[in-house]
Amino acid sequence: MIQNTKPQDAHSPFCLQGGRIIDPANDRDAVGDLYVLEGKIVDPTKVPASTEWKKISVAGKIVTPGLIDIHVHLREPGQSAKETIASGTATAAAGGFTSIVAMPNTNPPVDGPNTIAWLLDRIEKTALVNVFVTGCISQKMQGELLAPIGSMKKAGIVAITDDGHCIQNNELMRRALEYASMLDLPLFDHCQDYSLTAGGVMNEGYWSTVLGLKGWPALAEEIIVGRNILLAEMTKAKVHCQHLSSIGSVRMIREAKGRGVSIYGEVTPHHLFLTDDSIQGYNTNFKMNPPVRTKRDQEALKQGIADGIIEILASDHAPHCPYEKEVEFDQAPFGVLGLETELAIYIKTLIDEQVIDWKRMIAMLTINPARLLKLDKGTLSDGVDADITVIDPGLEWVIRAEESLSLSRNTCFDQVSVKGRAVKTFVKGNLIWSI
Amino acid sequence: MTSWTRKDLVSLRELSAEEIRLILETGKAFKEVLSRPIKKVPSLRGKTVVNLFVEPSTRTRISFELAAKRLSADVVSMVSESSSIKKGETLKDTALNLQAMNVDYIILRHSAAGAAQFLSERLKASVINAGDGAHEHPTQGLLDLFTIAERKGDLKGLKVVICGDILFSRVARSNIWALTKSGAEVTLVGPKTLVPEDFRGLGVKIEYDFDKALPHADVVMLLRIQHERQRQVMFPSVGEYISLFGLTKKRFQKCKSDVLIMHPGPINRGVEVDSELADGLNSVILQQVTNGIAIRMAVLYLLGGGKGPQELVS
Repeated sequence: MIQNTKPQDAHSPFCLQGGRIIDPANDRDAVGDLYVLEGKIVDPTKVPASTEWKKISVAGKIVTPGLIDIHVHLREPGQSAKETIASGTATAAAGGFTSIVAMPNTNPPVDGPNTIAWLLDRIEKTALVNVFVTGCISQKMQGELLAPIGSMKKAGIVAITDDGHCIQNNELMRRALEYASMLDLPLFDHCQDYSLTAGGVMNEGYWSTVLGLKGWPALAEEIIVGRNILLAEMTKAKVHCQHLSSIGSVRMIREAKGRGVSIYGEVTPHHLFLTDDSIQGYNTNFKMNPPVRTKRDQEALKQGIADGIIEILASDHAPHCPYEKEVEFDQAPFGVLGLETELAIYIKTLIDEQVIDWKRMIAMLTINPARLLKLDKGTLSDGVDADITVIDPGLEWVIRAEESLSLSRNTCFDQVSVKGRAVKTFVKGNLIWSI
Repeated sequence: MTSWTRKDLVSLRELSAEEIRLILETGKAFKEVLSRPIKKVPSLRGKTVVNLFVEPSTRTRISFELAAKRLSADVVSMVSESSSIKKGETLKDTALNLQAMNVDYIILRHSAAGAAQFLSERLKASVINAGDGAHEHPTQGLLDLFTIAERKGDLKGLKVVICGDILFSRVARSNIWALTKSGAEVTLVGPKTLVPEDFRGLGVKIEYDFDKALPHADVVMLLRIQHERQRQVMFPSVGEYISLFGLTKKRFQKCKSDVLIMHPGPINRGVEVDSELADGLNSVILQQVTNGIAIRMAVLYLLGGGKGPQELVS
């Protein structure tokens, strides 16, 4: 029943009829029809009247710009047992995502124009959705010397990041930000002070105490968020703090944004849905970095979203092979899958709990990330690529690890009952996912 | 009395007070067996016990070995230095290989918290946790409880002070659960770096002044200062540790005359406890070791389908 459909003829004009069109960039939230011609969104009054539209009814469904996830690990090159560009983008399509941003912590890391050229070629040949690439901040991701950021920008990166690692040297971070601001590239930071997290595998608190697992305190994130705010203010560079997990991070970003500092943040589905008590059974599919924290942290993240302090949702889709995860908790790699399940989890935690409405949630998954990265994506404006997601908000389903299109199975939402799912995904007018 | 239904013994946190009592009562019966000239009973004849010690330990391994042998089981011990784990085999594969040899029990000592639970969920064999990281060491908690009860009778209302490296101690955690479930009042003492406030959530008191805690204590349990590499961050020097948290003769003056001094071993003489006090009349440190065998026999016997102490008496 669930399958990725073969690309259809993008040139046959079609019309998505009667759906609730939510296009936050154009302040649109109304029932209507959406027309696609030659892979672009069009105004039907401005094309020849003789055009014959294939009509596709999407009554009762929500029609949005193709969703964007700016934090995805596609694992190519070098770790293609976990995921490939082909499998990862198929997984994205199934989740309703038409544009994703690939993290550079591959093997070798994406730290120069040669790797980027290889990667872009591989994307061209195997990707099912749009993939934007990022480059490392530091050479070999070692946090010591600057990577050739300018050359990588010319080669096509949209941001720099050492994601999975965090630059500990504040001088290097300062110089990277000065350099990035010159090139107008945002920097994504995985905020983690290593001296505070040595050996840490879960949130430090009651449950780490009970389970005897080494704690990873919220402080380790907050101290780097604080540093990043100070450096963003000084350098005027755009710093995007990835996968925020704690009260203190939200509080500091709130304060800094109030002063106009160019600091941004994202929240993942697992930090919105899970708390550290989920690790009780030592299930390594609940081991991620940063770790899920407490109810109070979760509430602060939701408040940050409600108040517009946090403007982006992203999955940190991080596939790992079953055999890599089926080990002692201390030894398992950090990371969980996200692309296929995140929309449903956002609906459950943000819409159902009335944190924000649909329009704001879709903005967090479309125009907000597109603006941060200056992508020509995330809208349904006339003339743009017809990247479209059709969501059935009432579709009830149960997440099952074994049904994932990813090469990996490490979801932390296995067996969770959810409502709402992408039922059609179009990239440049091609239907690439349908159920 | 309640009956035993679990396949494994992974933690004391998950046991009920009744289950703990059943083990202690059964241990009492085995202690009687151990005082006989012939210390062997046929309860586990034909059963195979594997001691899988991925983290080194001498005392616990020998204690389990003796316990299993006195129950007439066949025992094999495997330590990490000589095992395939050293060659890169995963814990899961090692355990599955042992299971393929039809072993009945796996006694696991491992440096990772949760390792015993990991095996218990994947094996048909009974898994006994002989210490997993900083999580739990259930048979140590049980033998400590047994030793206290032997001397003090009812545990309800008893004041137990546990002093030392609590943060990294599986012994502390198992004792906290066993003692609080049995109605004892537990106070943790030690440097704040090793006794974080988060422990209050486990239903215990915390006191950073050892001298204040001592006068009320019925039992003082001292834990080994370990993790040598972390020592410099967690406290400045052994000398300073002794001055604040060592059970010195001077501090001992503040204690009740019938206070029990306990230590799970191995002791750093003159560090956690004064050397003479460790050998003195209030010390039950070696009784703990003796009782360890009886308790481990009780656990092996109950996991193997044993009914309880009544069966042993008859």
